[in-house]
Amino acid sequence: MDWFFQQLINGLALGAIYALIALGYTMVYGVLRFINFAHSDVLMLGAFAAYFLAPPMAAVFAPQSISSALAITILAAAICAVIGMTIEILAYRPLRNRPKLTVLITAIGVSLFIEFTGQHKNVFTSARRRFPDLLPTRDFQFAGLVVSSIDLVVLGTTVFLLAVMWFIVQHTKTGTAMRAVSYNMQAAALMGINVNRIVSFTFGLGSALAAVAGILYSMRSPSIDPLMGIQPGLHAFIAAVLGGIGNLPGAALGGIVLGLAETFAGGIPGLSNYRDGIAFALLIAILIFRPAGILGKATIEKV
Amino acid sequence: MKKLFWLSLILVPLWTACSKSESDSIRVGEYASLTGSEATFGQSSHEGTMLAIEEINAAGGVLGRKLELITDDTQSKSGEPATVVNKLILRDRVVAVLGEVASSRSLEAAKICQDNKIPMISPSSTNPKVTESGDFIFRVCFIDPFQGTVMADFVSQTLKLKKVAVFTDVKSDYAKGLAKFFKERFVANGGQIAGELDYNGGDKDFKAQLTAIKSQSPDGVFVPGYYTDVALICIQAKQLGLNVPIFGGDGWESEKLVEIGRDAVEGQYFSTHYSPEVGSDKSRAFVENYKKRYNGKTPDALAACGYDSALVLGDAIKRAGSTEGQKIRDALAATKDFEAVTGKITINEKRDATKAAVILQVRDGKFKYLTTVNP
Repeated sequence: MDWFFQQLINGLALGAIYALIALGYTMVYGVLRFINFAHSDVLMLGAFAAYFLAPPMAAVFAPQSISSALAITILAAAICAVIGMTIEILAYRPLRNRPKLTVLITAIGVSLFIEFTGQHKNVFTSARRRFPDLLPTRDFQFAGLVVSSIDLVVLGTTVFLLAVMWFIVQHTKTGTAMRAVSYNMQAAALMGINVNRIVSFTFGLGSALAAVAGILYSMRSPSIDPLMGIQPGLHAFIAAVLGGIGNLPGAALGGIVLGLAETFAGGIPGLSNYRDGIAFALLIAILIFRPAGILGKATIEKV
Repeated sequence: MKKLFWLSLILVPLWTACSKSESDSIRVGEYASLTGSEATFGQSSHEGTMLAIEEINAAGGVLGRKLELITDDTQSKSGEPATVVNKLILRDRVVAVLGEVASSRSLEAAKICQDNKIPMISPSSTNPKVTESGDFIFRVCFIDPFQGTVMADFVSQTLKLKKVAVFTDVKSDYAKGLAKFFKERFVANGGQIAGELDYNGGDKDFKAQLTAIKSQSPDGVFVPGYYTDVALICIQAKQLGLNVPIFGGDGWESEKLVEIGRDAVEGQYFSTHYSPEVGSDKSRAFVENYKKRYNGKTPDALAACGYDSALVLGDAIKRAGSTEGQKIRDALAATKDFEAVTGKITINEKRDATKAAVILQVRDGKFKYLTTVNP
């Protein structure tokens, strides 16, 4: 039975990471109705930003202290927000009135551009690096179960950021504007909403989320490289669709479901190499039986 | 007239490309994972190969001509070896091909070399299938049936473990082969396989599988994978409180294993081709020259194997007295007691080298030599 609860913990921790990444996907989709495939690469950039920020921050604050970890995360999120907004202005804005497919293909192009620029020998190179320990880690043991302090941090951050996003979207003026833009861009513009600013803000917020997710992901598996975003990005995308894309709580729920499914599959001898297969089978099943996702359209108003 | 102009634009470079291959250096192709997930493998191997080519040229070259090494990157990706080896053979007109470390990628290129009748020497691919691709494919390292038994014997006789779990990278031919041979020998030694779990190379989360392994309470875990995954596996095993020895094969050997794994890989064991701590005069000279050439860097086994692959090729071309593929092949097949860095190399009828293996342990962030096992 220990085995079952341990897998439950593992699955929740993995799911929380997926949920956090999926939040960013879903935010952008909710407003612009398109999948920002470069999201997973902004996640990678966030991890690298933290990698390079860690030594100078360790000099300012005490190394491995909460204040230094917070400072690193906030700075990396800010850097990624700027990068995200730049991507939007350069690559997506000129195409805003074109067919959605054009923007989608462009997003894939942006993603590949970042990945291969990152691998260049004058940028990050493609070698794996050890991600620094931003926080002291401890493994809590009780009744034969092990919970890593990192997993608790991940879970806490995901819940906290979900609440923050929810608040921004539902209870602020900008959030109302975001919802208006999502509902009808032209009408929103006629009502005096600066659409460009709202879209930029959405991208900034989404990219900041990606940076936080990238840092937490790298704290769990401390090895980073320019292609590290692809795999979690793909799984988070599935999570977002699973929960109902465009829906914030749906993204979180989708992430948790996917994390649990993968973990339980991975723990069964003979089935462990089908982890990714199971993730994609889930995606196909949801697309066939409930195309709108678990928390479908009717439940909550879209972002 | 206009058409003629365009035609000449295409034909002139082609012409010069053809005439270039008539130049007096002997072209040798190399494909290596210089970037990507197994980048340190490719880089070490390439540095060793490069050093050997430079030394051969400094000593006057082969058949009175210099060797010219043309290296292409496989980016640690499947699909790339086929592309770059085709390019090496068809465009660069190389006389022989050296590469790769990872068996899956060597297998891919082997078929192409075989079809074009260009001899290929893999420096350190240990899966037996590589040289089974055809009679033009050779290697200068031992094969996994041997490496698997070495580790199995070490585990059951020296570490005296009874019950071992096996955790395999299902994406890699190397890992799957090594796992199979390890299991066969370990069971034959009276050991028990606690459980077999799989992962996909490049995964970052192994806790699901490691929890399952822990619930079977094994005495040790055999992980025949590559260093990037192994480092994370060791870290997460430690987090889950799975405090048993973890051991693997030559895929572990990289300074990145220690850089990423830190204290989690401390005390773990792996088998490999060579250790700079022991060896002949030849290997001591190699360590010295390598350090001189690469700013004091200590060569690892993959660098030594890369070096040997180029030396064996140079020797074969010399004995063949020709750069024709068939003649080089015949000379390679006749290689006997060739004094190389990783030991005396004799190419057997399966075109594999019969050589000893060493077992190393990670101690204080360094790879410490424990023992040598002869075939």
